[in-house]
Amino acid sequence: MELVQIQRSLVDYTKSLFMEGFLDAQFLQLQQLQDDSNPDFVFEVVSLFFEDSEKLLNELIIALDQPNVDFKKIDSHVHQLKGSSSSIGAQRVKNACIAFRNYCDVQNIEGCLTCLQQVKQECYLVKNKFETLFRLEQQIMASGGSVPTIELGF
Amino acid sequence: MKNSSGGKGSMSTASSITTWKAGDVVPVPDQFPAGLRVLVVDDDPTCLIILEKMLRNCSYDVTKCNRAETALLKLRENRNGFDIVISDVHMPDMDGFKLLEHIGLEMDLPVIMMSADDGKDVVMKGVTHGACDYLIKPVRIEALKNIWQHVVRKRKNEWKDLEQSGSVEEGDRQPKQSEDADYSSSVNEGNWKSSKKRKDDEDETEDRDDTSTLKKPRVVWSVELHQQFVAAVNQLGIDKAVPKKILELMNVPGLTRENVASHLQKYRLYLRRLSGVSPHSCNPNNSFMNPQDETFGPLSSVHGLDLQTLTATGQLPAQCLATLQAAVLGRSTAKSSIPMPLVNQRNIFSFENPKLRFGEGQQQHVNNNNKQVNLLHGIPTTMESKQLTSLRRTSQSIGNVSMQVAPHGAQSSQNNSSLIEMGQPLSRVQILNDSTVPLSVGQPIVPNGIAANVSTRNGIPENIRAPGYNLVSQTSSILNFPMNHASELPVDSFSLRSTPGMSDHTSKGAFHEDFNSEIKGSGGFLPTYDVFNDYQYKSQNWELQNAGMILEDSQHSNSLQGNLDLAQSVLVQQGFPSGQINGQNRSVPIVSKAMFSAGDSTEPGNLLNVNHHLNTIRAENTVRVKSGSVADGNPSNLFADHFGQEDLMIALLKQQQGIAPAENEFDFDGYSLDNIPV
Repeated sequence: MELVQIQRSLVDYTKSLFMEGFLDAQFLQLQQLQDDSNPDFVFEVVSLFFEDSEKLLNELIIALDQPNVDFKKIDSHVHQLKGSSSSIGAQRVKNACIAFRNYCDVQNIEGCLTCLQQVKQECYLVKNKFETLFRLEQQIMASGGSVPTIELGF
Repeated sequence: MKNSSGGKGSMSTASSITTWKAGDVVPVPDQFPAGLRVLVVDDDPTCLIILEKMLRNCSYDVTKCNRAETALLKLRENRNGFDIVISDVHMPDMDGFKLLEHIGLEMDLPVIMMSADDGKDVVMKGVTHGACDYLIKPVRIEALKNIWQHVVRKRKNEWKDLEQSGSVEEGDRQPKQSEDADYSSSVNEGNWKSSKKRKDDEDETEDRDDTSTLKKPRVVWSVELHQQFVAAVNQLGIDKAVPKKILELMNVPGLTRENVASHLQKYRLYLRRLSGVSPHSCNPNNSFMNPQDETFGPLSSVHGLDLQTLTATGQLPAQCLATLQAAVLGRSTAKSSIPMPLVNQRNIFSFENPKLRFGEGQQQHVNNNNKQVNLLHGIPTTMESKQLTSLRRTSQSIGNVSMQVAPHGAQSSQNNSSLIEMGQPLSRVQILNDSTVPLSVGQPIVPNGIAANVSTRNGIPENIRAPGYNLVSQTSSILNFPMNHASELPVDSFSLRSTPGMSDHTSKGAFHEDFNSEIKGSGGFLPTYDVFNDYQYKSQNWELQNAGMILEDSQHSNSLQGNLDLAQSVLVQQGFPSGQINGQNRSVPIVSKAMFSAGDSTEPGNLLNVNHHLNTIRAENTVRVKSGSVADGNPSNLFADHFGQEDLMIALLKQQQGIAPAENEFDFDGYSLDNIPV
């Protein structure tokens, strides 16, 4: 059945995201928070994240573009990005932020710029992944099915 | 999932507890902790929304803010509207720690800090600023499920304080308590219940204004406030200091009798601690005594400190006397004349430290020099035997120290040194110095600050090697009041060690030990002996303090002096609390006298006297000692004690500010002065 297939695809897809490190256990936590009273919780939170991260990334671009780079400020932004990405389980983004902060600590502008690019890249990638995920979910819901919960051995 | 509504019944609570305990994901069936009013503050919208959802899932009543200012506003508008606050550390408009401070000061709610940052420093900062917990992001729902424990714990501690302070107020909270007690029993394994029972038995310790809120807004005892409190208490006299009168004297708007009562409770405990542990029989260290018999004579004639008389009158346990004498003899000149500027509270403070340090070192040495140890043997102290032994050891030095302490005026250190030389095995001293006495007492306190003071006083033994005596520790009990989180200064940090100008008295170390022991033990030494018994308090701190002081003294002849000063200051300090300790006062004068004599006479005996004195004073009323300690041996400086204490506290507070206070071991919740700008 199509529904079943879609559901299976969803499960497989989600698993692959974990395998590839895009997502970590925190995402499961997020999923667990979703319930009947908040059926779109995950979607809302993830959307919020991307909104927020976009702002942060823009700020970072601007900050790194300054003649006198304010590393404290940059560190603060990156720290926040790290926090929010980790909260939704976007592992690769989080890791990129950690690396970014290291360069910040030593005030290495080049390193920071590189990291910024990496963070942007990771955000972009995981955003796409999420979009696929949500699309699958919507298809399932549209077909009257229920989104299967992922049981991962975390 | 909800249990019977009754909720308050133990039974239902118990079952809910059981359920809860079982780890069910089911929200607490009973009232508590369901409905716990949580305020969550985080500038990150993603995190904020996740937290909110998680907390909702825990059946908590959640309010979220993305700005610290907003959070504060909400809290101020509705002081009793929240049970706990969860805040992020890094926020744009206000540092999370600042918010933490504000909340602690104004509302005294439990605050949990959160951050993606898990660096040790940051977490430590959280601890020192008084956060009751620190969560690392990403926060899992499991971590949030148990946050109610912090609320319960805080309340429990508050109640306990209230109980202790003896302020019996109505127990509106009773019903709530029972509920909480039951509930918490699962967490605290019955402690809660027992404390609750106690409460019931005692007919409620505190009247909570708002019974609906488990927590009453607490007063944060800032340094100034505490000073006022102490002044009021001193004015009334520790015996007569009742919360109501203190409150009147303090005349602080917004302060309630309950606040004062609970603070008084803690203060008393602190004083108790200062005065040392229950006095044990002061068994002079036999070995110690022997060599010193001959010097006994001089001992007797220690300035004003007529140990023998004291002994005769039963005030000073004979054993202690002997011990003291022995110690003094050993030290002789060690520090007989350490002028102890009692007036300078800071000094007192520093005395404390050196003492402590000394004590610490002593402990270590205890094993080494058992002989000496005996000196303090008899001294009743809650000290651990180890400490005791170390004290003993120091007793010798203490003897010297005491001498020093007593004389405010700069007593010639020669005396001390002679004392020290007398029979003090240098080794001991050495050991003391070298050993880093870990403040087992757990009084980490202002070592550095104190040391500084000590040195200023007068060449006070720089060598207070005792690592980390936290004079403060002693004070910590007191100081801990305010400093609640006062980090216990690591023993190692006893800067006292560095007593400047201390001539090297090898015996110092030993001296200190003895001294410390003396001081610590106090009990035995002075009339307060009995008194000490009363204070079965963890005298560790106390002792340490003494030790620290003594240690310094013993260090060198100079140190003797310094020690004396220290001792004096310590005494003073002690006096203060002792003042509080009922009945102690009277003995103080005697002690102080003794001390003075000790100080003045460079005789070895003085030291002992001093030590005793110190100890006694501690127990008694350092205040008295102080007065006496001033060079003129006039116990009129009782006030000094008070003064000293306050200063000490302030000093401690200040120190604490600079120090990452370890969690207040005395569990004085209300005194999270650390980080509060003084």
